[in-house]
Amino acid sequence: MIPAKECVAMLLAGGEGKRLGPLTREMAKPAVPFGGKYRVIDFTLSNCFNSGIYIVGVLTQYQPLVLNMHIGIGSPWGLDRKSGRVAILPPYVDKKGGRWYRGTANAVYQNFYFIDQYDPQYVLVISGDHIYKMDYSKMLHFHKEKEAEATIAVIEVPWEEAGRFGIMITSEDGRILEFQEKPQQPQNNLASMGIYIFNKEVLKKYLHKDERNSKSSKDFGKDVIPMMLKEGCRMYAFPFRDYWRDVGTVESLWEANMDLLSDKPALDLYDRDWRIYTVNPNQPPHYVAPYAHVKRSLVNEGCMIYGRVEHSVLFPGVYVGEGSVIKDSIIMPHARIGCNVKIEKAIIGEKTVVRNFCQVCSLEKEHPEIILIKENIIIPENAVITSTVIGHKKVN
Amino acid sequence: MRDVMGVINIDSMDEPLEELTGTRCIASVPFGGRYRLVDFVLSSMSNSGVHNVGVFTLNKYRSLMDHLEDGKSWDLNKKEEGLFILPPNNYPLVNYRGDLHNFYDHLDYFYRSRQKQAIVSAGNIICNINFSGLVNFHRENSAHITIFYKELQGAGEFEHCRKLKTAKGGRVLQIEEEPGTMEDSDRVMIEIYLMEKALLVELIENSTGNGSCSLLRDGIIKNIGDLRVYGFPHHGYLSVINSVEQYYRHSMELLNTKIYEELFFKHGLVYTKVKDEPPVKYLEGASVSNSLLANGCLIEGDIQNSILFRGVNIHRGARVKDSIIMQKCEIGENAVIENAILDKESHVSGGRTVKGQKNNPVIIPKRKSV
Repeated sequence: MIPAKECVAMLLAGGEGKRLGPLTREMAKPAVPFGGKYRVIDFTLSNCFNSGIYIVGVLTQYQPLVLNMHIGIGSPWGLDRKSGRVAILPPYVDKKGGRWYRGTANAVYQNFYFIDQYDPQYVLVISGDHIYKMDYSKMLHFHKEKEAEATIAVIEVPWEEAGRFGIMITSEDGRILEFQEKPQQPQNNLASMGIYIFNKEVLKKYLHKDERNSKSSKDFGKDVIPMMLKEGCRMYAFPFRDYWRDVGTVESLWEANMDLLSDKPALDLYDRDWRIYTVNPNQPPHYVAPYAHVKRSLVNEGCMIYGRVEHSVLFPGVYVGEGSVIKDSIIMPHARIGCNVKIEKAIIGEKTVVRNFCQVCSLEKEHPEIILIKENIIIPENAVITSTVIGHKKVN
Repeated sequence: MRDVMGVINIDSMDEPLEELTGTRCIASVPFGGRYRLVDFVLSSMSNSGVHNVGVFTLNKYRSLMDHLEDGKSWDLNKKEEGLFILPPNNYPLVNYRGDLHNFYDHLDYFYRSRQKQAIVSAGNIICNINFSGLVNFHRENSAHITIFYKELQGAGEFEHCRKLKTAKGGRVLQIEEEPGTMEDSDRVMIEIYLMEKALLVELIENSTGNGSCSLLRDGIIKNIGDLRVYGFPHHGYLSVINSVEQYYRHSMELLNTKIYEELFFKHGLVYTKVKDEPPVKYLEGASVSNSLLANGCLIEGDIQNSILFRGVNIHRGARVKDSIIMQKCEIGENAVIENAILDKESHVSGGRTVKGQKNNPVIIPKRKSV
């Protein structure tokens, strides 16, 4: 365990997650529910606690309410300690006026006073958008061993996808020689995971420098890292070989949920030595009725199931009526599915009611699109829904 | 409710639930997939706005203390007051004669509590009650003591409980001294009652000199003519666990969704210690019907009419029927479990069979391998 003040984490949680459509209309991307129980940010918060990093600044900006309520004082993640805390750091006003965060680097720059009060040697910068389990203390150990000024966690991605990522070219011992942001012709497949450890003074210097550069977009990946590299900083790539997913699109969110349903998923939620923590909903055990059928699924507490659930993920308090069939779907907390409803490859929003005899499935048979139904709406009886519903209008 | 404190009184050193109470007091016996018996009364108190609760316990309270921690799960980790766990001051308990004895050791706790009334409850009652009805009734009648009672509906209910007789208007005329002696009443006393704290303190203070040591027998029943004792009917679900048979029967009642919904949702949620388990995972061979499953289970087998606690692992081909499987048990491939109660962390190897009789379940003790 590393002492609390050796390293402070800055968790970027202001992302809008535009490509998640209606899911992020009322909450930031890190607050999106995941895996039948969690919100995306739980993974990074749990990683911090499990890695012994007890001081976490959470930078919020876009739709922070759900996130703020969720994080509270950090008790579920064991971060409400004498020697640790979660601080939510939204944009603020001072004598010179107020400014929104103009990029990930600017957000950390504006909150450097938060880091300074703990006088850490190292700063861990992470993003609340990703699903993975990682021991940051190992990465810090690597950082110290290499006497690096900055260390970036990297993961091998399929070559054909390398163009979507920030790609590292490294020497044999892991020193970063070159960084290509979304290259058209990638020369390597080591992608940045958006997880950085900096020596605090080095970070401070380059954030100040980047701040003065009017052409910069104030982004770690696009601006700060390339500048540091250009100026000859000692930067290393820390290889990570486990499960890591950016759930930035509806498809990737759906797929990452479905990944959990395989026999031995790469992301093991049942590992008692590396638990993922979240706010507890205080629901009783879930009930499965005499003629219900549940197979290859995740089901949380408080659910009542009378119908058929196959290859799906059910959050707490979901009701599935008799004769209904739910397949390849994600049902968010407290959604109520009536009787004789058919739902296939869909994401049903929180507290939404799907009344009896509705059909929610794409007409496309070969590669059906994922149908998204927003939270807190009522789909009336007998409705046939074949595409995403973001309001009442599209309901037949 | 600012003026009402809670007293959970675990006043027996017996082992009414056989092996299930072998290493733990009755209040910490696991129940309903993720709870302990004490959770129900404690949650009811907390949900009703009682913010000062003393849990009096005699022996085998390690698991109870481990479970209750600082009361945070019940919102009872207060700056002032909150949850107090109060075991006897002196061991051995050979001279222990009754609950007043233990209360006497902790008189300071009663002196220090600023509330005017106390809800005194046993630790073996399954219920979800909003106490405001009881408190209002008590105050309207300027009662000294107001006791919950239930109307008996059928035979075999509330065995080992005392009966009582009331007059019109609710005044209690008589309470059975020995359970099973009163023939002409169908009202059974539930050991949850509200009493004036001053009276409680008086009874405790006077308990040492004259040899009286049981709050109910010596304090209430013997003085019933001199005190304003009222009965307050409890409607809705409530059960008392005094035997393995009752434990099993009332556990299985939770599979009745009317009872499930009433107990777990109607008057607020029931709280328990958080375990941070992931959702239940149903794998390919899973086949589950009429069962309750708490989080953290991995299911590959066949489960019928059963209750599974948190973190149970049922391997492929295993069959579980009419059984209660407690936390972190593991049932090996093709094992068969029927009419059984498996205490925490027991392990049934592949192919083995554990069978009890219908309504007479076999108990596999904690951490045992079969």
